[in-house]
Amino acid sequence: MQEVSVSVRKLDLSFGAVTVLRQLDIDVHDGEFLVLLGSSGCGKSTLLNCIAGLLEASDGQIFIKGKNVTWAEPSERGIGMVFQSYALYPQMTVEGNLSFGLKNARVPKAEIKKRIDYAAQVLQIEPLLKRKPGALSGGQRQRVAIGRALVRDVDVFLFDEPLSNLDAKLRADLRVELKRLHNQLENTMIYVTHDQIEAMTLADRIAIMKSGAIQQLGSPDEIYNRPMNKYVADFIGSPAMNFLEGHLDKGVIQVGEHGFPMTGYEFVDGNATGDVWLGIRPEHILTGDGTTNAAFQTTVEVDIVEPTGADTLVLATLADAPFRVRMDGQARVRPGETLVIGINPAAASVFDKESEQRL
Amino acid sequence: MSDEQTNADRAIADAAAPQRKPIKWLRYLPAKIASIPMILTAMVVFVGGSVWTIVHSFTKSRLLPKLDFVGLQQYERLWGTKRWLVSVENLAIFGICSLIFTLIIAFVLAAMLDRKIRFEDAFRTIFLYPFALSFIVTGLVWQWILNPDFGIQKVMQGVGWESFTFDPLNNPDIVIFGVLIAALWQGTGLIMCIMLAGMRGIDEDIWKATRVDGISTWKTYVVVIIPMMKPVFITSLVLIAAGIVKVYDLVVAQTSGGPGIASEVPAKYVYDKMFLSQNLGQGFAASTMMLVMVIIILVPYAYLQYGGRQRG
Amino acid sequence: MLEDGPRGAKPKKRFSRNNIILYGTLLLVAMYYILPLYVMIVTSLKGMPEVRLGNVFSPPVEVTFQPWVKAWAEACTGINCDGLSRGFWNSVRILVPSVLLSIAIASVNGYALANWRFKGSELFFNILIIGAFIPYQVMLYPIVILLREIGLYGSLWGLIMVHTIFGMPILTLLFRNYFASVPEELFKAARIDGAGFWGIFLRIMLPMSLPIFVVAIILQVTGIWNDFLLGVVYTKPDVYPMTVQLNNIVNSVQGVKEYNVNMAATLLTGLVPLIIYFASGKLFVRGIAAGAVKG
Repeated sequence: MQEVSVSVRKLDLSFGAVTVLRQLDIDVHDGEFLVLLGSSGCGKSTLLNCIAGLLEASDGQIFIKGKNVTWAEPSERGIGMVFQSYALYPQMTVEGNLSFGLKNARVPKAEIKKRIDYAAQVLQIEPLLKRKPGALSGGQRQRVAIGRALVRDVDVFLFDEPLSNLDAKLRADLRVELKRLHNQLENTMIYVTHDQIEAMTLADRIAIMKSGAIQQLGSPDEIYNRPMNKYVADFIGSPAMNFLEGHLDKGVIQVGEHGFPMTGYEFVDGNATGDVWLGIRPEHILTGDGTTNAAFQTTVEVDIVEPTGADTLVLATLADAPFRVRMDGQARVRPGETLVIGINPAAASVFDKESEQRL
Repeated sequence: MSDEQTNADRAIADAAAPQRKPIKWLRYLPAKIASIPMILTAMVVFVGGSVWTIVHSFTKSRLLPKLDFVGLQQYERLWGTKRWLVSVENLAIFGICSLIFTLIIAFVLAAMLDRKIRFEDAFRTIFLYPFALSFIVTGLVWQWILNPDFGIQKVMQGVGWESFTFDPLNNPDIVIFGVLIAALWQGTGLIMCIMLAGMRGIDEDIWKATRVDGISTWKTYVVVIIPMMKPVFITSLVLIAAGIVKVYDLVVAQTSGGPGIASEVPAKYVYDKMFLSQNLGQGFAASTMMLVMVIIILVPYAYLQYGGRQRG
Repeated sequence: MLEDGPRGAKPKKRFSRNNIILYGTLLLVAMYYILPLYVMIVTSLKGMPEVRLGNVFSPPVEVTFQPWVKAWAEACTGINCDGLSRGFWNSVRILVPSVLLSIAIASVNGYALANWRFKGSELFFNILIIGAFIPYQVMLYPIVILLREIGLYGSLWGLIMVHTIFGMPILTLLFRNYFASVPEELFKAARIDGAGFWGIFLRIMLPMSLPIFVVAIILQVTGIWNDFLLGVVYTKPDVYPMTVQLNNIVNSVQGVKEYNVNMAATLLTGLVPLIIYFASGKLFVRGIAAGAVKG
């Protein structure tokens, strides 16, 4: 049983009549990289700010390293934080930024120097120490921001959408650096983002949030392959999962005139029946040679073709609903042509029509 | 509109009217005609008027302006006149104190209001309303409050403090501070609002960062926030300084320059010489000196604003 | 699942030491600011005997509006004894045309500068702005000469012109900045549609710039109503604006000082801009701050 580093229990937060966090429970394992993922307004930043102590909860408790920090000041919680806008002190040098908090806490000079040297070395910002934030690039500023958290010598790092202000290429580069950093330091890291790529690539576990509650908490693999409700299934994956309305009875889902035999699919409840959503990811649809052994085959008419270079996205219609198929980038398809596709039910996801929970 | 765009527009307009190219100075004619007031004002009144005054400060004009040049005679007389010297000295004392106290009071008040307190709007309304009043009103009401027979002195004596004296307006040595009290009352509100706006414009994440770093609130204000508010401080400085040189109405109303000449200020000297003593030459010289004072203030400002940018 | 110990929001002492210092200081300072207004009101409602007996802070035992009546209708300035009402109406007659004229000219100028830049326009504008820093004193006499030449010296219209002139720099800056912030596409689309200088101004810019006009009006009304220097230089006694007349009434040392009438008069003079201030609240703040953003 892994040790728990951060524990959130029954956290409630309301601003007036608006409930932002509902009875949240989450345990973050020691050394884990946990990502809070969701669209804006879901409460992920709010949760992070509560853990940091920057926001007060209406009810509930927060534990860090076993200590109840619900009423503790942010600086007493043993956390370091990195912000979306870096929030570096503009009139101090990088060295000044890193040492400001430590000097204020009366840490001995020698110790301060030791920590700054260490952080500078880990983050490769040694040549920048004498410069001011205004003279740094976005990526460099972010590294200094991380350094400011690093010198605090804490166990838990909090990241509030740190890469959102950077352009795509820089984001990809820094993502790798963050992963490397985590491997090297092995600290607990709680990371907020709305970008699923960041979540999938960085996280040990992802908590998908919506309307102040956690929809699913699991590894990227679990979230991707076994989404527990329709929201999660729809959120993860680009292009998004296809959903077909159908009726489940005796292991077969009837969608219009098509019958999908669900052999090989792991049902949560084996005796489930009723109206359902059948979810299939575009990348799990078989084309060409793969269709011959598929449990279900049909022919669709190609509507729109979107070549992206690496893939070819084909928009077709199945059972009167738009249906996306992901094909290889070299595939040559044209609108109006017919396409044979195959589906293996094991890769699909079935959700109850009403509750939207996984069946 | 940038120059390239203006040129591009002109090219388009030219292309659209193929027959005749409009004469260059006729282009944008309505705009030029509409700008005539501005141009006239700028050239005739501001430039022309100032130059006229400066030129005539070197003449012997008394009741009427005459181009009777006498070199620096007016200036020599000016700087030998006790009343002028007192005016300048008063302006210096008043100016420095006004500057320092206004900045400090305004900043402290703004910082307090920044703390997301209740009744913020009410407090701000209270601190700012004096600004809406005329300096005459301000001067007169503070003259009344500082009245030794009915004002603060009487009140304090009334509560038992028999020997309390507070009569600045009748004490030549400290009368300028009586004026200062009134000026601060009127002027701090505006500066406070500007500073508050400046504080509110600072990224909220900076505050989060200092909380995580464990920096106390007042230390954050002094070490982090104030340096980040440099442009606001500069603007405030210029505003206060501009107001100081012009101080006139307040003195006229509150003390009439007295007792004697103890609270004279340059602006009053100019008016009195020009329109009451019928000594235009002195008036011109004094107002030119006021212009010089303004330039002395503006040069550092321009350097701070623009010199810094060139280096950075 | 919840353990014993801290939970939920940290209990905050309403009367913590920090709070007491904060609110206490603010209240004390607020008193310094409210004091004069209170004193004005209180003194103006007392009879003279009561004024002499008491001090500036004591509230009136017997409230009387006599000082107000006297100030408004009977106070003497020189040979006229028809009270401040004369000054009030003078101020009104100065205010309305000045505000209208200065804003009309400045708005068109600002619009021209923002959208119809021509060679030299920026130069003239910079001169105008620099001119805003020049102390009035330097330009006082030349303007006197100018006004004498056109026969307006000492009259209301002379003062109106002066106010218009001196109001131009800040107002033009205000309008220019505002119109410059209007998206250029709007302007270009209108030009493609064939509209000219005045057409675009009247039909497109004006309707969407109500906020800045309100700000400009507040700025000008306050500045012109409260002005003293220009009033005292450019008018003759029978057309004195209210501020000049007020100073005359109070500070002309003739006979017994009627403090209550003085305070009533002072209050009356300050009433107009005060009412505007309290009515317009946030707009006023924005207006003044806009006027403060120079250079």
